[in-house]
Amino acid sequence: MNIVVCLKQVPGTTEVKIDPRTNTLIRQGIENIINPFDTYALEEGVRLKEKHGGKVTVITMGPPQAEGALREAISLGADEAVLLSDRAFAGADTWATANTLSKAILKLEKTDIIICGRQTIDGDTGQVGPEMAEMMGIPFVAYVSKIEEIADGKIRVSRMIEEGHEVIETTLPAVITVAKEINVPRLPSLRGITRSKSARVATWTINELGVDANAVGLAGSSTQVIKIFFPQRISQAEVLTGDAAAQVDKLIEKLRSANLL
Amino acid sequence: MDYFLTEQQKTIKNLARRIAEERILPVRAELDEKEEFPWDIVKELASADMFRVFVPEQYDGLGGGCLELCLVMEELSRICSGVAVTYAASALGCMTLMEYGTEEQKRKFLPDIASGKRLGAFAITEPTAGSDASNIKTTAEKVEGGYLLNGTKQFITNGGEAEIYTVIALTDKSRGARGASAIIVEKDTPGFTFGKKEKKMGIRTSATRELVFRNCLVPEANLLGKPGLGFVQAMRLFDKSRPGIGAQAVGLCQGALEAATDYAQERVQFDQPLITLPVVQQILADMAIQTEAARALVYAAARYVDSGAKNVTESSAAAKVFASDAAMKVTVDAVQICGGAGYMRDYPVEKMMRDAKILQIYEGTNQILRNAIAINLRKRKARTA
Repeated sequence: MNIVVCLKQVPGTTEVKIDPRTNTLIRQGIENIINPFDTYALEEGVRLKEKHGGKVTVITMGPPQAEGALREAISLGADEAVLLSDRAFAGADTWATANTLSKAILKLEKTDIIICGRQTIDGDTGQVGPEMAEMMGIPFVAYVSKIEEIADGKIRVSRMIEEGHEVIETTLPAVITVAKEINVPRLPSLRGITRSKSARVATWTINELGVDANAVGLAGSSTQVIKIFFPQRISQAEVLTGDAAAQVDKLIEKLRSANLL
Repeated sequence: MDYFLTEQQKTIKNLARRIAEERILPVRAELDEKEEFPWDIVKELASADMFRVFVPEQYDGLGGGCLELCLVMEELSRICSGVAVTYAASALGCMTLMEYGTEEQKRKFLPDIASGKRLGAFAITEPTAGSDASNIKTTAEKVEGGYLLNGTKQFITNGGEAEIYTVIALTDKSRGARGASAIIVEKDTPGFTFGKKEKKMGIRTSATRELVFRNCLVPEANLLGKPGLGFVQAMRLFDKSRPGIGAQAVGLCQGALEAATDYAQERVQFDQPLITLPVVQQILADMAIQTEAARALVYAAARYVDSGAKNVTESSAAAKVFASDAAMKVTVDAVQICGGAGYMRDYPVEKMMRDAKILQIYEGTNQILRNAIAINLRKRKARTA
């Protein structure tokens, strides 16, 4: 079984600061990690490999240092790794990202299943998985919390919906995005760490992918970030004074005048 | 302090720490309270390759030595000494095999120990043979088709849970300790059963149990090395394994020091954190000194063992004695600093203090080991006189 896991390197914090001058993330002093949701995708991929045989290929698009995330994935059980890195890929929105990733996946040998985390903790959109499926013309299931069976070119999964769970069967190849309920990711192994240090990580640029420069990165993005800013905090607290009865009277009066009572 | 560990040693230590903090810490109080064998943790250690650390590469191990084993022990023990001894007992159970086993014996048993699929255990202690280890009574009579074992082993770590036991038994009763041999006995061998599971003061998640042999027939192929050398093999084994107990002590010291420091930082009395009081500072400083001195001696002894030095009895005994005495003192002091809270089971130092005591007792009581050191001193003096 050929399993592809897409992952993203993200800042290891949810409290990102923004440089007010350049409107970009301040990345200094923040350690990069594998997007936590993607670690569940990787674990599920490795478990599928252990059960059905085959291999797990991890793939990411990002700057050269994203290779670190791929090596970490190898220490956790991935077999092969592809880094999509090119200045032309920079500034991609979800569409351009999905386009680049899916082109890369199509370049790999026949893939049976593509697993992604349900969303990233930095972009938070959850769009790249479904967009890839759409671009490749294959089925997609989101929020998968359990893979029940894979047999005869089909997969049956349980996915989380607001009122409970839904069991879906579809044909393979397919893209699934997984919820954190699906498993408990393992810790790395010593042999995995050793392997990750010497493993070859393939780097593909726009030339290897053979895609149009206008369909990737900022140029290929139909959405563009104009400005990132913190909402201004306006505090309008008013402290009522006097004894308790007087304070209650004032409060009622204020609520009435605001048409809240 | 920097002990100039290699990259691989640092990797081992860091991963052991991660396992301890992420997987053991959340369950350690429960494991202690329920006296449950930590199978889930053993599986985690196995999948992280921790049981490969001490096994040679040709048998699916990572080829580490005494120091690597010590690094794992220290990190596991910093969080839970009971888990640490469970891990170490598997190493102890196969070290005689690694040293004296034939190629065929090693191929048969070591890969399963390395993968963590099966645990090992070592059995010498008996009701009549504690410090007087040569006074064992279990016999392994040579019969057609192998050895027939009869007798009872006591206080065996991993007893009942392990699947591969190295048992010291008398193949020649008439020769006493000189008639002892090391024999591998697999769990589920007919005639091999388990007796009472002990209820202990500390390291309560680890299993300590009696092994009972009644006409238990073991194939001749399971004899390790030459018959009659079992006692010597066991003594040499402990010479090499004692730094591991020292490392267990270092981990306990470190855990207790950190817990006491954290508490002293947070606890306010007389309008100030305890850690600002000179009397508390003095105790904490002594704890830190003891911990670091123990670590330095344990690492040095482990490296001496790994150097292939011939006589490591004194240095490994010194490391075990010093570090275990330090662990007892440091954990008692940690409870003292935490005061009433420290005496309660909700705080980790109470468990650490209970866990520390065994370190002064097993793998040679500290008194017996001081004797061994003194005997070596006398021998050396006699040679130069």
